[in-house]
Amino acid sequence: MKALVWHGKEDIRCDTVSDPEIEHPRDAIVKVTSCAICGSDLHLFHNYIPAMLPGDIMGHEMMGEVVEVGSGVNGHLKKGDRIVVPFTIICGECEQCQRGNFSVCETTNRNKKLADKVFGHTTAGLFGYTHLTGGYPGGQAEYLRVPYADATHIKVPDSLTDEQVLFLGDIFPTGWQAAVQCDIEPTDTVAIWGCGPVGQMAIRSAVLLGANQVVAIDMLPERLGMAEAGGAITINFKEESVVERLNELTGGKGPDKCIDATGMESHVSLSQPDTLLDRAKQMMMMENDRPHILREMIYVCRPAGVISIPGVYSGLVDKIPMGQAMNKGLTFRMGQTHVNRWTDDLLRRIEEGQIDPSFVITHTVSLEDGPEMYKVFRNKQDSCIKVVLKP
Amino acid sequence: MTYITSISNIARSQGDPKVLSSGPGSLDNTDRLARALGWFSIGLGLTELLAPRALTRWLGIEGSETLVRAYGMREIGAGIMTLSPDKGLGLQSRVAGDALDIATLLSAMRSDNPKRDNVAIALAMVVGVTLLDIAGATGVKKRQSRSDRPARTYRDRSGYPQGLERARGAARDFRTPPDMRAIPMAANRESRAAAE
Repeated sequence: MKALVWHGKEDIRCDTVSDPEIEHPRDAIVKVTSCAICGSDLHLFHNYIPAMLPGDIMGHEMMGEVVEVGSGVNGHLKKGDRIVVPFTIICGECEQCQRGNFSVCETTNRNKKLADKVFGHTTAGLFGYTHLTGGYPGGQAEYLRVPYADATHIKVPDSLTDEQVLFLGDIFPTGWQAAVQCDIEPTDTVAIWGCGPVGQMAIRSAVLLGANQVVAIDMLPERLGMAEAGGAITINFKEESVVERLNELTGGKGPDKCIDATGMESHVSLSQPDTLLDRAKQMMMMENDRPHILREMIYVCRPAGVISIPGVYSGLVDKIPMGQAMNKGLTFRMGQTHVNRWTDDLLRRIEEGQIDPSFVITHTVSLEDGPEMYKVFRNKQDSCIKVVLKP
Repeated sequence: MTYITSISNIARSQGDPKVLSSGPGSLDNTDRLARALGWFSIGLGLTELLAPRALTRWLGIEGSETLVRAYGMREIGAGIMTLSPDKGLGLQSRVAGDALDIATLLSAMRSDNPKRDNVAIALAMVVGVTLLDIAGATGVKKRQSRSDRPARTYRDRSGYPQGLERARGAARDFRTPPDMRAIPMAANRESRAAAE
């Protein structure tokens, strides 16, 4: 079969690979009908996240048709079912899964010992996201083996298109969880840094959840335009001071809730010296991530406010003003998304017409065009916001 | 398929797909040139840093070891940057460094330098590498730049089939799970007091 394979820094190839096989009774094989390139795939593209191996298949946002099931799937899935595959692999049985903390499932990371050493305790297995999270082959491929398939799936009705439901596997619940963990109240101003796909979903989630005011921060006109269409007031950080404008919009009090939808690769700019220092340190392997947005959020957030972090961070960050955070009594919420915790509710909202996540798709291409689209997406060319691949 | 990919296949479980043959990739000639120049820069930098005396002797500029070491540091910095995703910046810094190298070598071309021929060879090499650096920097800039065409605005893409106004608060039926609740804000103290 064809698959997009990681071979090193900025080296993704459309390779011919062997077909996946059922390994365990709880496995299923899915014929992928649609998959997407996620912003967090770019961290792997840049080789900022350790433990990738040449030959690893990329992709953690995918859906398709079940073509084979293991004997232990026990009627939860059958051949012909149409499913979205959540990026977090879950057993559904461990204590964390029982609590709804699916992204920290205690069972599914098959490299648990390595993860225990690196993280302190293991997190869930993830598709196509390094050997720290199990080294599971990803879904930017024609076929995908889904481990623990009896729990790791979202069944979707035929009445909805792939484009409407594909993002239930990652960016939609990720934006939703980012807003939910802000515990939005009708008086709240919610500020969202980064208007990429997750930022766009967080904007819509905050609007749906009834925030008084949603403010979106970015520098790219196409992303700001899409954010505005979603009901956000926008700030172009290349043209105006984020802190001044946010204070102006909140009567000097600062946003009640702040969402970092950018993560470890915040923009580097001459006008923000800390970003230059971060970039230099990152290059010298003295710091993993560029946390400019975290610093800005902590500074501008209203005291007793909430900082919600759906953006991916990989390791060590420097110069985080914990003094400001502690004295202001900020609450930090973060983590990979507990996808299956939200998807029944979100699927209902799509069916009821509250939201149609397909709005975010700007490019649809074949799998063979995937390597080139990684570059287009990374370079933010051709007004690219979200790429969907059709194997 | 590369050698490393073959080795990494050994680490995969039986049911995992393994690479059989490689297809078209994201690395283009500009990336390959940048990568080669990045490693060259680090190699040259290490030589300048670790063996400055040999270089100054060969060029007939004894006594300039500190300067050569400083250039070595510059080369290593530029090399690291050229190997990073910011390769355009790295290549531009290499071009600036090349100019400095050329100026330094020209100053060593004086008539009383018995190693003038060696300096001329070095100068020719630096000019050659400079041309490659310029080609690389130009290629990367062209490849990574956004088009001059105005960006699409997507202002018609709300994502709300029933319109923005109906979407505002449409999910207020959602109950935040207890483990996702945040500290109640001061602005809501009345509702909090009522709840208490």
